[in-house]
Amino acid sequence: MGILDGIPHVNAVLSHRPWPRAVVTEAGWQAAIDRLVEGGLTLLGFWGEPAAVHMALFDGGSAEIVVVTYACTAGTFPSVASRHPPALRLERTIHDLFGLVPTAADDLRPWLDHYVWGKSYPLSGRNASRDVQPYQFLPAEGEALHQVAVGPVHAGIIEPGHFRFTANGEHVVRLEQWLGYTHKGIESLMQGASLEAAAKLANRTSGDSAVAYAFAFARAAEAALDIEVPRRATYLRALMAELERLANHFGDIGAICNDASFALMHAQTGILRERTLRAADAAFGHRLMMDVVVPGGVARDIAPDGIPALRTLLAEIKKVFPRLIELYDNTASLQDRTVTTGIVKADYVRQFGAGGYVGRASGRNFDARRTLAYAPYDQLSFEVPVLEGGDVNARVWIRIREVEQSVELIAQILDLMEPGEIRSAPPAGRGACEGLALTEAFRGDVLVWLRLDGELRVERCHLRDASWFQWPLLETAIEGNIIADFPLCNKSFNCSYSGADL
Amino acid sequence: MRKTLLESLTHGSLTEPAPAPDEAALAELAAKVDRAAQARLGRSLAIREVDAGSCNGCELEIHALSNAFYDIERFGLRFVASPRHADVLLVTGPVTKNMREALERTYNATPDPKWVVAVGGCAIDGGIFRGSYACVGGVSETVPVDMHIKGCPPSPTDLLKGLLALLEHVSGKR
Repeated sequence: MGILDGIPHVNAVLSHRPWPRAVVTEAGWQAAIDRLVEGGLTLLGFWGEPAAVHMALFDGGSAEIVVVTYACTAGTFPSVASRHPPALRLERTIHDLFGLVPTAADDLRPWLDHYVWGKSYPLSGRNASRDVQPYQFLPAEGEALHQVAVGPVHAGIIEPGHFRFTANGEHVVRLEQWLGYTHKGIESLMQGASLEAAAKLANRTSGDSAVAYAFAFARAAEAALDIEVPRRATYLRALMAELERLANHFGDIGAICNDASFALMHAQTGILRERTLRAADAAFGHRLMMDVVVPGGVARDIAPDGIPALRTLLAEIKKVFPRLIELYDNTASLQDRTVTTGIVKADYVRQFGAGGYVGRASGRNFDARRTLAYAPYDQLSFEVPVLEGGDVNARVWIRIREVEQSVELIAQILDLMEPGEIRSAPPAGRGACEGLALTEAFRGDVLVWLRLDGELRVERCHLRDASWFQWPLLETAIEGNIIADFPLCNKSFNCSYSGADL
Repeated sequence: MRKTLLESLTHGSLTEPAPAPDEAALAELAAKVDRAAQARLGRSLAIREVDAGSCNGCELEIHALSNAFYDIERFGLRFVASPRHADVLLVTGPVTKNMREALERTYNATPDPKWVVAVGGCAIDGGIFRGSYACVGGVSETVPVDMHIKGCPPSPTDLLKGLLALLEHVSGKR
């Protein structure tokens, strides 16, 4: 039975690919929320338009995805978050950007809107004003409690955001995040942009996942336009995606250890990260490989020096990395900090549909590369590590195992790749069309939903970072831990600020 | 652990020779920094990095400056945790409106003499985010900027060239 069989709907939108999009009435909308609340479906995305809201739903059993759309004829829609908490920040964002009001919502505080944009509801297409109210943090009451306010400017070289801790002595009673500081208005800049300009914006939604975003954006566009990508291009994309994963995982493993005051690991993984970026630069002409993945394929082929550079990199990793794993595994003082610290409950991970190492370290067996098997991962053999511990240690081990898998994947791709075309031209003269795609970034699945007009311009594009469903779990992970372990927990999540603030 | 440590001692250093300071950046600075301030600081600068809404690409490359290949501390340049300890603010991003006040406050918390280095294409004029309702566009529209380092993101070598130009200028070695 398909997802839509259980959700009353009016009609399906024919130009939406590769999964269906159906328009629902209130009964259908509520039925979809029922399925989310029961746990039968997972919320993959929730976004707005001036007069409609959409939810992307995922059935873990059948790996089926659908989008349901509710037309907000009265400027309102039935609140999802009041019944299904993972939708909360997305719902507040829809209200901030479009002015649509979730009825029966418990929490309508602004999320991205800090009242300094000079206009309210910037994507609503109308002039409306909003009452300015000081941001109210959720209360935590009790004897001997005190608050610690951190950010938006943090002590390290990291992105800005505000953390409000309520602590009892050293122990955190409640953490509340308030983000939105890096909100750049990417989705508004996307509107009316050419495919080329929009792809550039997608690359810069979260710089550490430039390839993953470009990959997801390109696949959404290709789905909408119903075009095939040459096989060589899919291999080149995966090569870049795995290099990006390697570089980020090396950086994270070292940074987590560094936050536990174990600088040696940081120095060693820093060398591997730098070597990875240099190999990427040699192969694709940019250290972060920005603007190489484009709709239709890739903008340029791998440089002649690229393949030997990548083979040298793989040999170096294979030589050095096992020793670093041993170092991590055998350093008791380090394990003392990471084991049982910052535990994320398996129930929360399932409820929130948390992707990446956050989900997989707490038993959620989802990786878009395998679960959705997009090209070329359907042609490659790899394992998806899953652990149950849910602590900082488990999130480190997931990364370690994924480094090993990425090394194998790169070796396979280099062996399989054959000469050929690297880009298909977009078809001219197609009507308006819509596409949805997910790719697996190093931190989890990135979703891109796209509607193109008849002239290949973006009418509406929504980009959903994995962080949306991970940030709230960090609030739960730190509860009962000491404040001094927050940097460690935070680093083990390494959520994107820019990716979630847009 | 011993093996890894020993190997680091016996193998040659990974650290690469310093690149030449960026000429364009030197010229930009020549007009701006006064000599009295130069004398006071000597050949050492404390840097506070401020992300004013970047995509985090610049942060990745700024981080790389501390790895074994670039080893920024050998030049007397180091990253500090508070603007109150800083001589230099390294600012990235198109200055989102949501970050403007935080950037101003960070600038005001930094003691004189101080320099502001705007890093990356966005920090120059907003880059590809220019024109958004949510961005101010360009660091110099919010706080005075002494020097720009271009790139999207600038490579660690570009960053180093720019910072060395600043250091040369500040220490009056030209």
